[in-house]
Amino acid sequence: MADAKGMDGRSMIRRRAGPRLWLSAGWLSILCLAALFAPWVAPHDPLAQDLFLGRMPPFWMAGAEPGYWLGTDSLGRDVLSRLIHGARVALAVALIAGTITCLVGATLGLLAGFLRGWVDIVISRLIDIWMAFPPVLFSILLIAVLGPGLVSIIIAIVVIDWTRFARVVRAEAMAQGAMDYVSSAQVAGRPRIGIMLREILPNLLPTIGVLLTLEMGIAVIVEAILSFVNLSISTDDPTWGSMIAEGRTAIHQAWWVLVFPLITLFLTVLSFSQLGEGLKDRFDPVLR
Amino acid sequence: MSYLSIRNLSVRLKGGPPLLRRVSLDVGPGEVRGLVGESGAGKSMIGKAVLGILPPSVEVTGGEILLGGTDLLGLPPKDRRRRIGATCALIPQDPLTALNPSHRIEPQITDRLVNILGWTRAAARARARDLLEEVHLPDPERVLRAYPHELSGGMRQRILIASAFAAEPKLIVADEPTTALDVTVQKQILKLIREMQARHGTALVFVTHDLGVVSKVCQHLSVLYAGMVVEDARVADFFAAPRHAYSAALLAATPKYTDPDAGLNPVPDAVIDAVRAEVAAFDAAKARRGAA
Amino acid sequence: MSGRQRTEATDNAVIKVLATRLLTTLVTLAGVAVIVFFVIRVVPGNPIAMMLPPGATEEDIARLSALYGLDKPLVTQFGIWITGVLQGDFGTSITTRQPVLDLVLGRLPATLELAIMALVIAVALGGTAALIGTRFRGGKREGAIDIANGVALSVPDFLWGLVLILLFGVLWPVFHISGRVTPSLDLPFTTDFYLIESLIRLRLDLTADLVAHMFMPALALAIPLAAIIGQLLKQSLKETMNLDYVTLARTKGYGETQVILREALRNAALPTITLVGVQFSFLIGGTVIIERLFSYEGLGNMAIDAVINRDLPLIQGIVLLFALIFTMLNLIVDLLYAVLNPRLRHG
Ligand SMILES: Nc1ncnc2c1ncn2[C@@H]1O[C@H](COP(=O)(O)OP(=O)(O)O)[C@@H](O)[C@H]1O
Ligand SMILES: [Mg+2]
Repeated sequence: MADAKGMDGRSMIRRRAGPRLWLSAGWLSILCLAALFAPWVAPHDPLAQDLFLGRMPPFWMAGAEPGYWLGTDSLGRDVLSRLIHGARVALAVALIAGTITCLVGATLGLLAGFLRGWVDIVISRLIDIWMAFPPVLFSILLIAVLGPGLVSIIIAIVVIDWTRFARVVRAEAMAQGAMDYVSSAQVAGRPRIGIMLREILPNLLPTIGVLLTLEMGIAVIVEAILSFVNLSISTDDPTWGSMIAEGRTAIHQAWWVLVFPLITLFLTVLSFSQLGEGLKDRFDPVLR
Repeated sequence: MSYLSIRNLSVRLKGGPPLLRRVSLDVGPGEVRGLVGESGAGKSMIGKAVLGILPPSVEVTGGEILLGGTDLLGLPPKDRRRRIGATCALIPQDPLTALNPSHRIEPQITDRLVNILGWTRAAARARARDLLEEVHLPDPERVLRAYPHELSGGMRQRILIASAFAAEPKLIVADEPTTALDVTVQKQILKLIREMQARHGTALVFVTHDLGVVSKVCQHLSVLYAGMVVEDARVADFFAAPRHAYSAALLAATPKYTDPDAGLNPVPDAVIDAVRAEVAAFDAAKARRGAA
Repeated sequence: MSGRQRTEATDNAVIKVLATRLLTTLVTLAGVAVIVFFVIRVVPGNPIAMMLPPGATEEDIARLSALYGLDKPLVTQFGIWITGVLQGDFGTSITTRQPVLDLVLGRLPATLELAIMALVIAVALGGTAALIGTRFRGGKREGAIDIANGVALSVPDFLWGLVLILLFGVLWPVFHISGRVTPSLDLPFTTDFYLIESLIRLRLDLTADLVAHMFMPALALAIPLAAIIGQLLKQSLKETMNLDYVTLARTKGYGETQVILREALRNAALPTITLVGVQFSFLIGGTVIIERLFSYEGLGNMAIDAVINRDLPLIQGIVLLFALIFTMLNLIVDLLYAVLNPRLRHG
């Protein structure tokens, strides 16, 4: 009975993995292209204000201004162009912060899980302490310390989120360390660092990859939250978070200023996480 | 007139191979029929079909299950469930997993009486106490208040037997009820089931892979291979002279209590090949009928 | 006999868990205190200069700095602060000049009410999803629930909050999207637990107003947690549905729904309950941004203001309180698990 259920369950996931992977990869590719070619794709200068064109509705509504497809915000800036330029910040944060966080967190987790002993004790205590901070408050504090700017955001994300990787990688490294192939490598007299990098790390890569895609989505959200609290990059720079913050205040007069960045952010975060889930099913059937 | 009558029952894995191949058998009121065959032959599947608990991955492709003259498979699901709940019961294989760990014993014996048959709680409780005495459990009051994990495997099997007889069912399916128990406990439980069945006059379908047990408990038996009934006989006749080569080989392979040192005689390959050929012929005939 | 052994084993396990967890909890709290203290001292911008009017002189700043102890060496400041904390004195807020403890305790009830409301919603939503998914497992409805769970889980509470603001604040304005209570209302409350007090005083008009304000932020917090509950509970329900005692119950004449509720739910719920405890502690951290988004006057909103105003003692106090709640919740979960687990193993 259990067998049959397991078979059903797995085949169902396989069936869904296809479109899920394609759709999320497709959306993220569109974003990457938009970000790369933003100056050429965007119909307007994202910073150009025109007070006579303030709060123009999107193209299908009465009173829309031709050429401003998704309308304008209260300063008359083109929403579509700001979205396209905002993709640059979002993707830069996702890729850079995600990768660095992954490197830092996975390294610490691997060391703790494989070396054990006092290394593990120290890192585990650090993880405990970090987890006790409310992450949003922690990131806001760090930005207050570091000052606004792209670099500060990236540092804040790395400082806060390394535990996501460290926790999981530590546990997996411990599990792998208990396996027979590790013992036999030890018996064969291989150096510990060699075992860690050559034997254990390759087995953790699928997990780390999944965590990395998830972290990219989280990084995009953190950037948006910080822009929203008005602590991110300078207020003029087009970021999705600052667009949302603006849209939230003008929600009753110009809903489109909030809706479009929100949809964009929603799809992006969803795509990153679905990409991770899809890859997980593809590459690692053992992983939950 | 038989109480349970299975006619040409066919069951298969959804979109897959057949698991039961036109199985027919009858059980009269108060009669005991053994189902024997090697593991995977489909014995439990028959019991599950009768009790309406087939796994969702399988489907019935044909046949009838007549219970007291009504075809269960023709009833709407709700009516079928009601009828089975009121007239049938199961004595399961593994007493360790068949009791809900988070409920006390009392509701597990009385819930059918109270919730399905509408007894008062007090009446159901008195009945449960009597039943526990009937299955020779000491201190019924304490047992009723206990949780399953406080009791031994043998005690739990007695409770499951008591629970099966609680509503005076007309038919009980016992699916290898002693396989999971110690050898010493096995004999007592077997004796208890036989005794309860005789006293209550319940029809019993007794699933086992042990022909020795069949000879002690049953009046009739069906020998199964790959979901096909290869022999249906009275127990006395069968032990005197099995008609099918496969059942003869099975009988020869059964260790004799009288001569435990005789060793096992596995079923010869030639016999297996022959019975497999029979199954293949059956499937081929069915395919032809399907194509025609 | 086995009964006595079991309780002794249980007691030992509980004591052991209690001791080690208490110790690590203390280490964690101390670590949080140290980190938050020194990190915020690096914040550029002198808080005293910020709170004085533009014309203030250097002397004014120095005098006020001395008043708040900000002119002493960092380590000394830390010593003073931590000694105070251990005696229940969290210092004085620089912006409001009130004791930090009073400010924090004044806002904590609002946040707790919000978090508990979110938890209730999450359990209701997730539990329903799991039950429906189990009841119709293998069918279209289970597939739909899986997809909904996946989306709910992938998108964080911040975005759900914005979606809710659009849907129920603008498109179909049935709920309030800002504040804790309608400001013009006359509040008879003596504590800060408005919701609970309104229920006790049977002022259901006020209850309705409070709920209409709380529901959106609570739902935003609840959606991801509901998805977690839904997934885990469904998984363990489905596993339980294959067990022998459930099959046995089916032969007794119960319908599928009854079998799930009577036989499977209780046994399947235990792993979910532990998970909910841990997730609830994360949810409390999530209130910070959700309170900001919905202008809800709780602890999180106050925390962000404190950071913006460089109110160092207040920041310290709030962070420490959040850390305390987080560690205590986790401690309770661990203890519950240690108490429940031996029973389970014997079950
Ligand atoms: N839940 C299930 N799903 C699919 N196939 C099953 C399931 N349960 C049993 N089977 C298959 O049905 C056949 C008969 O099983 P069963 O009736 O349990 O045999 P036994 O005679 O040992 O009781 C076996 O081939 C088994 O693999
Ligand atoms: Mg069987």
